[in-house]
Amino acid sequence: MSSYLEFEKPLAEIEAKAAELRAMARASEDDVDIEKEAGALDQKAAGMLAELYSTLTPWRKCQVARHPERPHCQDYINALFTEYTPLAGDRNFADDHAVMGGLARLGGVPVVVLGQEKGNDTKSRIARNFGMARPEGYRKAIRLMDLADRFGLPLITLVDTPGAYPGKGAEERGQSEAIARSTEKCLTIKSPVISVIIGEGGSGGAVAFATANKVMMLEHSIYSVITPEGCASILWKDAEKMREAAEAMRLTAQNLHELGVIDHIIAEPTGGAQRDRDATIAAVGVALDDELKKLMKQAKGDKLMKARRKKFLEIGAKGLAA
Amino acid sequence: MNWISNYVRPRINSLFSRRETPENLWTKCPECGTMLFHREFEESLHVCTDCEHHMPISPRERFHTLFDGGIFAEIDVPTPVADPLEFKDQKKYPDRMKAAQKNTGEAEAMLVGEGEIGRTPIIAIAQDFRFMGGSMGMYVGNAIIAAATRAVELKRPLVLFSAAGGARMQEGILSLMQMPRTTVAVQMLKEAGLPYIVVLTHPTTGGVTASYAMLGDVQIAEPNALICFAGPRVIQQTIGEKLPEGFQRAEYLLDHGMLDRVTHRKDMKDELVTIVRMLMNTTPRVLGDLPAPSQTPDNTPQVTAQK
Repeated sequence: MSSYLEFEKPLAEIEAKAAELRAMARASEDDVDIEKEAGALDQKAAGMLAELYSTLTPWRKCQVARHPERPHCQDYINALFTEYTPLAGDRNFADDHAVMGGLARLGGVPVVVLGQEKGNDTKSRIARNFGMARPEGYRKAIRLMDLADRFGLPLITLVDTPGAYPGKGAEERGQSEAIARSTEKCLTIKSPVISVIIGEGGSGGAVAFATANKVMMLEHSIYSVITPEGCASILWKDAEKMREAAEAMRLTAQNLHELGVIDHIIAEPTGGAQRDRDATIAAVGVALDDELKKLMKQAKGDKLMKARRKKFLEIGAKGLAA
Repeated sequence: MNWISNYVRPRINSLFSRRETPENLWTKCPECGTMLFHREFEESLHVCTDCEHHMPISPRERFHTLFDGGIFAEIDVPTPVADPLEFKDQKKYPDRMKAAQKNTGEAEAMLVGEGEIGRTPIIAIAQDFRFMGGSMGMYVGNAIIAAATRAVELKRPLVLFSAAGGARMQEGILSLMQMPRTTVAVQMLKEAGLPYIVVLTHPTTGGVTASYAMLGDVQIAEPNALICFAGPRVIQQTIGEKLPEGFQRAEYLLDHGMLDRVTHRKDMKDELVTIVRMLMNTTPRVLGDLPAPSQTPDNTPQVTAQK
């Protein structure tokens, strides 16, 4: 762990103290026993971490969901899938690097995997446009979804995007139409569709990938119609009211599960996915395997397509009372 | 307390303001400033007679001029759970709803009707920008689903008039869920082989364009309507350069291949009749203002359009 979030500052101080103590002991010529003291600090830090992460406010969840060291789409694909063969381009205008995907095997089963990738350093973040797709990204996704449908391959999407890119060219090339067609395509696929929201599920850009039979969310990921900052600037006329907006919007995995918008929450390690990337990726792998097996058993004719449509038609019927 | 400023001045002001023409008789065109007398304004379908600027028109008024003889039957929309997220911003959501209902006299931001246009039976659905910016929440989704279901049941085309700022913030994620929900409605029409015509009116933006409003078999827009996913202000902030003139307006979208047609409001009805009749493979159109159907169409309860 190298970067701490703002609310983790007290924790950072304790961990730094423990590290300092150990460094001092190593540097010192005498054989000083500091392990007891350092161990106590470790314990205090662990307790604080558990406490912090069991009581995350919605705004803190947003910060965790956006943490730069959270595993990204690429990490999941590399670790969980074999024979990954990236496929590129929308056959129309360009290849959008905010969207990655292709053919791969999950537990031996050939699938189409698709997701938004935010990048992990300045260079790759710019190349990936911070995970904000342009129309060509959605049109590439549609191509891959179509491939899944025609060859009866399950579609797995990994959602992590602040939203669709708001740019001049994106608008001119039909950003809204591309998103609408992508959602539409999700609803016509006859094979199983599974989505995992691994970080940020930002608005239309997310739903265009997440109109699935099973929608799962990592414990500290978020899924919302607009960013809390955007909501705050519209309703509070002040983008700084994002804490209030995050609260009101019900964008946490726990709220969305209550509302019946998502099907399953995948637990994260204590301290969030960024503290134990491998364990997080493995947990997603287990959940994907499990859902894939279940859905493949039900995949007959257009049964799953019909079930998907019915599921979405019924969402929201009960509100929070659900 | 100053008696003169608090009591006398408002009284004097009210005396003077009473001498002005009642505002509902005259409408000022926001583009060119022309004053339009109310009869002229209604006759021109809320289009400025001088500069052709298309001003907002309520769904009920639009239906009154769209359907033959102004007759249509309103289709019931299932009422969703009120305030599903118990949303609080500076005002409570139920209070905002009440205010919008009082202002518009409508229950929500969508009106669904069935009737005939140019002797062609259709289902029409129109979004009300006056009602919380026409924003898309559970009700709007339910309305589109109800309209599509009825269209499939009666084997009629669906004509949708969009007008919305985007998602209903106060319904959060459930507002976002209307994107797939309404897309299912569009697929119902598609699979039944029924035409779905979208008329985009000013403004149609955000999640609405990224779902049902861009999925029509034929996409028509009213002149100069703003149609976009991200608004011009957001884009200007992102890219930090000046946007070209007419950016994201109907004509600009037509030029960029995103629309089939841009059509003046006064020609809209005839155009819809023409297109729908060809797509439905029926006899050629009959144009012009027609009286209400002489016979009540099958299983259509007759209701008058006017408030």
